[in-house]
Amino acid sequence: MAKGQHKSPDFLKLQPFGQVPAFQDELTTVFESRAICKYICNKFPEKGNQTLMGGGDGGLLSRTSVDQWLEAEGQSFIPPSSALVFQLAFVPMFGFKQDPAAIEQNEAKLANVLDVYDCRLGESKFLAGDDFTLADMAHLPNGHILVSKNEDLFMSRKNVGRWWEEISARPAWKKVVEMQNAPQG
Amino acid sequence: MAIKLHGQPWSNNTVRAMAVLNEKGLDHFAPGLDYELCPVDLRSGGHKRPEFLDLNPFGQIPVFQDGDGSVFESRAITRYVATRYKETGTDLLSASSAALETWLQVEGSQFNPPMFRIIFELGIKPLIGMSTNMSVVENESDKIGTVLDVYEAHLAKNKYLAGDEFTLADLNHMPEIYILSKSAKFDLIDSRPHLKAWWEDISARPAWEKTAVSLPF
Repeated sequence: MAKGQHKSPDFLKLQPFGQVPAFQDELTTVFESRAICKYICNKFPEKGNQTLMGGGDGGLLSRTSVDQWLEAEGQSFIPPSSALVFQLAFVPMFGFKQDPAAIEQNEAKLANVLDVYDCRLGESKFLAGDDFTLADMAHLPNGHILVSKNEDLFMSRKNVGRWWEEISARPAWKKVVEMQNAPQG
Repeated sequence: MAIKLHGQPWSNNTVRAMAVLNEKGLDHFAPGLDYELCPVDLRSGGHKRPEFLDLNPFGQIPVFQDGDGSVFESRAITRYVATRYKETGTDLLSASSAALETWLQVEGSQFNPPMFRIIFELGIKPLIGMSTNMSVVENESDKIGTVLDVYEAHLAKNKYLAGDEFTLADLNHMPEIYILSKSAKFDLIDSRPHLKAWWEDISARPAWEKTAVSLPF
């Protein structure tokens, strides 16, 4: 992306908004990360973790609970958490100056969202119900960076802290972190 | 238990849920009332009361309730209704998983954030006694241009967003575009021939006309 490859004509054929990620298999292309996750879950219903989209005994209501909390993630968690990730991780990386007002505003917004999560996770093991699902998983990328910069946000809330430790300890996630830390090339 | 939709007809998110209910032939206005629109008085803090927070802990409208459960987040509601009532009215999920999931997400993450900011200023604030901030409108109108160009190119090759049939991916866009169509910024859509044709097609659907007629815009 540093060389603008995401804006090249070849890449724009895969992802017309010029963003990562884009997914390709023998059948098709998919973009938008949550769409990619759902596509993969639909494509491999018998493999690995089979409750990522709910379903099973809970049927439609259990799938709807996953959709609901995935929407909450996208609409309520992502805007402030992405703004914070940008300020706390990317701005220093590119050598620019952080914006303290943006940090304060977005920490406050995120705190309100995490208060709702803390309540929910006091009644429910994971966001959508008793099982780990895509709704929890979607929080891992931004959560990982936020916790490394300011663990207090998550860990000062008892239920959010418990939930974060559990979901970030999953072997599949640890593999992703290893891949991120491995030398590129 | 009857179907209840808690919200307000001036709220684009509530309208999204109304739109899907009308597509399924669940009529708010016919004799026999298939669903009840329960107004939530935001001005008096109705959305922050404990009984409402039990339904949606984020304290936001809409909330959908039927005999089986309760759902918040308008896109989770439209997905639920489209799935539960798949055999009634138009099947709103008749597209490949890849195309449907992609364009459902595109609406939520690319289209809606700037579009909402425009229509909130131009269409909703005047209805709830707040004043429009035109610099937000201009700012967001500039930003959304590149997103709409992608839609324009896509709709040049596809009749609907997810393929040959009208699906939930198209429906989820309708409240915001409708509110925009009542404002001075509709040229954002109108100036793009394929977007304009797509909008004219989908907004002529009888179910949408039924929804639109009940709205205050």
